[in-house]
Amino acid sequence: MQTNEELIITLKKIVKPYVQDEQAFENVTENTDFIKDLKVNSANLVDIVLDVEEAFDIEIDNASMERMLTVGAAIDIITEKLAAK
Amino acid sequence: MAVNIFNNKRLKNFTHIQSKLPYSKPFLFVDELHAVTENGIEGSYTFPADSFFYKGHFKDKPVTPGAILTEVMAQIGVVCLGIFLLNDSLTANTEIAMTSTQIDFYKPVFPTETVTVRSVKEYFRFNKLKCRVEMVNTSGELVCRGTISGMMKANNHA
Repeated sequence: MQTNEELIITLKKIVKPYVQDEQAFENVTENTDFIKDLKVNSANLVDIVLDVEEAFDIEIDNASMERMLTVGAAIDIITEKLAAK
Repeated sequence: MAVNIFNNKRLKNFTHIQSKLPYSKPFLFVDELHAVTENGIEGSYTFPADSFFYKGHFKDKPVTPGAILTEVMAQIGVVCLGIFLLNDSLTANTEIAMTSTQIDFYKPVFPTETVTVRSVKEYFRFNKLKCRVEMVNTSGELVCRGTISGMMKANNHA
């Protein structure tokens, strides 16, 4: 099982290509909002979710997608899905 | 994109898709749809010689703008396919937005030419439809090719 630290490192790698606000990305916390803070658009948020599915070999359902607005929420969802595997 | 995606079930009548397109002249770029499946779509458009953009693109030398070729590919390849895939969940409030394009251009298209667009779905998830799309002219020559994505969200709250 990966630690939260490791999850964040993997997640940051996935998110990086889609980030439009580099400064917010450098100071990323669990409260960082993908759309409001990192200025990712909703279409690229879909790509992030698809990349997350591939990287962690999990499936994100519609309800999880709707919750997945912040880095912290993403970590929670990934942890939940990994635990359920 | 050589894979034949149209072997499965062919539909003869596509007016139900075209009637739901949110465009009108002079910005409707779908004349005919030839085939549509869960995985892809093919359609065509003929550029009338009096299309508005030929007056200025270019001065005294009409050539179809790349932006318009991209729009033709998006309307046939992504929006028409999206309408088919959304089917009954499509309403007048469905929000449509192009979100990204990456297109390479190979041949010019002149007034009165007919182009055929073929699109293959890469994925349609969380309201985002991403397609690999190509356009050929009547000689079968590649005009342009690339990927186009759009969001199509059935918004029932509006």
